[in-house]
Amino acid sequence: MIVYLCKRLAWTMLVLLGITAVVFVVIHASGDPAALYMGPEGTKQDYEILRSALGFDRPLPEQYGLFLWRAAHGDFGRSLRHQQPALPMVLSRLPATFRLASAAMILALLLALPLGILSALYRRSLLDTGGMMLALTGQCMPTFWLGILLILVFAVQFRWFPVYGGEGWGALVLPAITLGVWAMARTARITRSSMLDVLPSEYLRTARAKGASEWAVVLRHALRNGAIPIATAFGLELGNLLGGAVITEAVFAYPGIGRLAVEAVINKDVPMVQAVVLTVAATVLLLNVLLDAVYVVLDPRVRLA
Amino acid sequence: MAPHRLAPFDPGEQRLLARFTPPMTRAADGTFAILGTDQLGRDILSRLIYGARTSSLIGFSAVLLAGLTGTSLGLSAAMRGGIADHAIMRLADMQLAFPFIMLAITVIGILGPGIRNLILVVALSNWAAYARVVRAETLAIRERPYVEAARSLGLPALRIVVRHVLPNVSASLMVVATFGVAGAILAEAGLSFLGLGVPVSIPSWGGMLAEGRQYVDTRYWLALFPGAALFITVMAINLVGDALRDAFDPYLHARRSLEQL
Repeated sequence: MIVYLCKRLAWTMLVLLGITAVVFVVIHASGDPAALYMGPEGTKQDYEILRSALGFDRPLPEQYGLFLWRAAHGDFGRSLRHQQPALPMVLSRLPATFRLASAAMILALLLALPLGILSALYRRSLLDTGGMMLALTGQCMPTFWLGILLILVFAVQFRWFPVYGGEGWGALVLPAITLGVWAMARTARITRSSMLDVLPSEYLRTARAKGASEWAVVLRHALRNGAIPIATAFGLELGNLLGGAVITEAVFAYPGIGRLAVEAVINKDVPMVQAVVLTVAATVLLLNVLLDAVYVVLDPRVRLA
Repeated sequence: MAPHRLAPFDPGEQRLLARFTPPMTRAADGTFAILGTDQLGRDILSRLIYGARTSSLIGFSAVLLAGLTGTSLGLSAAMRGGIADHAIMRLADMQLAFPFIMLAITVIGILGPGIRNLILVVALSNWAAYARVVRAETLAIRERPYVEAARSLGLPALRIVVRHVLPNVSASLMVVATFGVAGAILAEAGLSFLGLGVPVSIPSWGGMLAEGRQYVDTRYWLALFPGAALFITVMAINLVGDALRDAFDPYLHARRSLEQL
């Protein structure tokens, strides 16, 4: 188990290294970063000073090494717009996004699992058709449009929640629903198809034969065996969830990492873009390693190769 | 694609007298606005029709680019095996581990917005799906007797791939590509909504939604219609994809992987 996790962690580090390389190459392939920092109004002299101060006059491999070294120490440079170190700013926004994403995730699981299981149990029933129609609708629904519709109905018409911004849990409800629906839709579809695969199994017949209640059969025997594809799909969903969070935050003017990222792009704030992208990538990768550990707990048959 | 024949107005024409005309009413300048007008008095129906062109241009180009790249990489991975296979598949894993929006933010943040960069970003974040499906199918097809026969005739590898392997992969490719178009259109709209996509001067559904978002509390129609257009389009394409998948079912080996798209 430990060896397995170490291997996974090593692979994750490799992926992260690949991503830093991509980010680095894109920045340097797109032109002179010093000119980008400077903007059009800088003088030639200022430009030279800035270029050597930021190390852009050194050979590229050396620059990449330096970039990695600093990144490993949490130094992504100063935000051009805020004139503050970029990483602490990103980290201070992270909890808000985590709150949003976990609320959405819990919501998605609470709806998707029962919906998927019941659809599989009562296959081709009204419940199945209706549930899967709902899932398809959720999957095709553009996140930002759903957000706007929810604002229209629950914030503008009924005035139950703030239109945007606001404090406390009330401000979290609509964004969490908006973000959760998509993950819910996909998870429900996969739960259903995974359960359909498992339901005809012999061991379920055995469990019934020994007198286990139908609830126990479904939850303890079927769901546990069908859990791996669900967990896999959910793991892939994590990345999408963070992506969706960026859009959801924009719809609700929610102060998370997504808005920081979009503002950074619009302001051409390269150090900030780097810090956000690498933080998010590292988070997603780490969560996936954790999920791999969960697999082993869920299903001891998973080979630790 | 001839939007000027369908659209009642020029999508960029600003008529300040006719600002915020509600749907199905006559505007202050006497024209009839079927879906209303926006904050600059531009006709929403006309903008929707032109926006469809933007969406489909980006959707189809991105899928074409991603499909070509992914298919060639998937084919070479499966046919060559060994290090090439390993390298390509690890690259695909890497791409799947990197959230789309972050890739988009990196590339757009540095190259700047615009239709060309948008196509590039969407394609860059989609090729791995094609590579994976094509590789999985090719691995099975490679062992079929007819491929072996072609090989024993001494045909060049390229010819075997093009004549004997590719046609048998095309069913799955069509399914992936169909879902891909829907995904690409959603991605484009999402980025345009964030202001990282199509420039404001070109009508796009995502951009219209972003503008409508500001007036949502009083002028619902600005945001309602572009979202509905997007939703219906994506839903329709996904239903076609589902139907294609079911129709091709007997030939699909990578069905499980397709189901998760």
